[in-house]
Amino acid sequence: MPQTLKACAPPYPMAPTMTPVTRFIRESAEVFTFDLAPERATPFTPGQFNMLYAFGVGEIPISISGDSHAPERLTHTIRAVGPVSAALGRLKAGDQVGLRGPFGVGWPVEEAKGFDVLLIGGGIGLAPLRPAIYWLLRHRAAYGRVGVLYGARTPDDLIFVSELEEWRRTPDFQLRVAVERAGPDWTGDVGYVTPLLSKLRYDPADAIAMICGPEVMIRATALALEDAGVADSRIFVSMERNMKCAIGHCGHCQFGPLFICKDGPVHRYDRVRDLLAYREL
Amino acid sequence: MKDIADLLRHHPFAEGLDEETLALVAGCAKNVILQPGDYLHREGAAADSFYLVRHGAVALETFVPGRGAFTFLTVKSGEILGADWLIPPYRSSFDARAIELTRAIVFDGKCLRGKCEADPRVGYEMMKRFIPPLVKRLQSARMQALGMYDAANA
Repeated sequence: MPQTLKACAPPYPMAPTMTPVTRFIRESAEVFTFDLAPERATPFTPGQFNMLYAFGVGEIPISISGDSHAPERLTHTIRAVGPVSAALGRLKAGDQVGLRGPFGVGWPVEEAKGFDVLLIGGGIGLAPLRPAIYWLLRHRAAYGRVGVLYGARTPDDLIFVSELEEWRRTPDFQLRVAVERAGPDWTGDVGYVTPLLSKLRYDPADAIAMICGPEVMIRATALALEDAGVADSRIFVSMERNMKCAIGHCGHCQFGPLFICKDGPVHRYDRVRDLLAYREL
Repeated sequence: MKDIADLLRHHPFAEGLDEETLALVAGCAKNVILQPGDYLHREGAAADSFYLVRHGAVALETFVPGRGAFTFLTVKSGEILGADWLIPPYRSSFDARAIELTRAIVFDGKCLRGKCEADPRVGYEMMKRFIPPLVKRLQSARMQALGMYDAANA
């Protein structure tokens, strides 16, 4: 069976390729990260996603959370919230998953060159932003000021903890982390993440922002950025809908005139702002 | 050495405040330095002051029996701390604890209330400075109450 799947993999986008898990990391009680070793290097753009198939359970879209400069390894960070993600969370190194992708439109990392760049992530939303952070760090001289805001429920829910420390120590790189509640040992920010925008140094007239998180956070953050003077055409948001085929055929992720899977998941805010107001979507 | 009016002038709270009003409200203020762990006020105590944080950070906490103290907001440089002095019965709703060396301007709430009553123009200037951060904190508190980052909203 595995040989059959391998044989019909590329160029057929609907056929998953059996891919081994090479490393499994527990990030928090609900979140885990694993690396996959695809048969051949799989170039991707920060912000793109793969379809991961837990055999016998189902398939879900998961953004790539690793370094796009190391395409021989595909890293995914997942929150166990449903049957498929929970099944993926039971995998260990050596197990196999079905892999399709990468799919979709990623973050505008090339377009952002020369600009101040703000990245705002909430909860598991930091994971799709991490490849963009790697990119910015690798090409640091090509960008203006860089700032990252990250919000989470509690200190125990933070992901990529060791990297957060590393980024905090990185010169010329602003990082603010806010949790919604904390015990007395936490000396960082507590509160909602959006007000921290005022703590970052950037030029609103010359900034590009990338946001990923719960949709209510995306809306509030985009409005705060607009209020600060960032053009709506320079705000990019990563959307999440019920993606199934990942190639714009099945229509499950249709969002007005858009398909999140192929027109996104990263969208320019001015193109989706009005659609975000429709509860029916 | 800077006097209290100078310190106040450099805080965002005083932005746009005319010199006369600044001097008037500065008469209710003094400079304080708080060590990490110092409490600015305790839940249930008389709320007779508010703070403008110049440098440092203060955690607003509430204690949950059996679970310990929970911080739900940190107030940092350039921000205002304390609103309970504004409304009767002038009682602090939460604990406020410095979590790092903190320099602040503390206002005598009763003194400032008196000046606001005596001159509504001063009261209006104070209101303009208190309402925006209070509304923003209310908005943030609503977002926090939604539990945005819980699994169902992931």
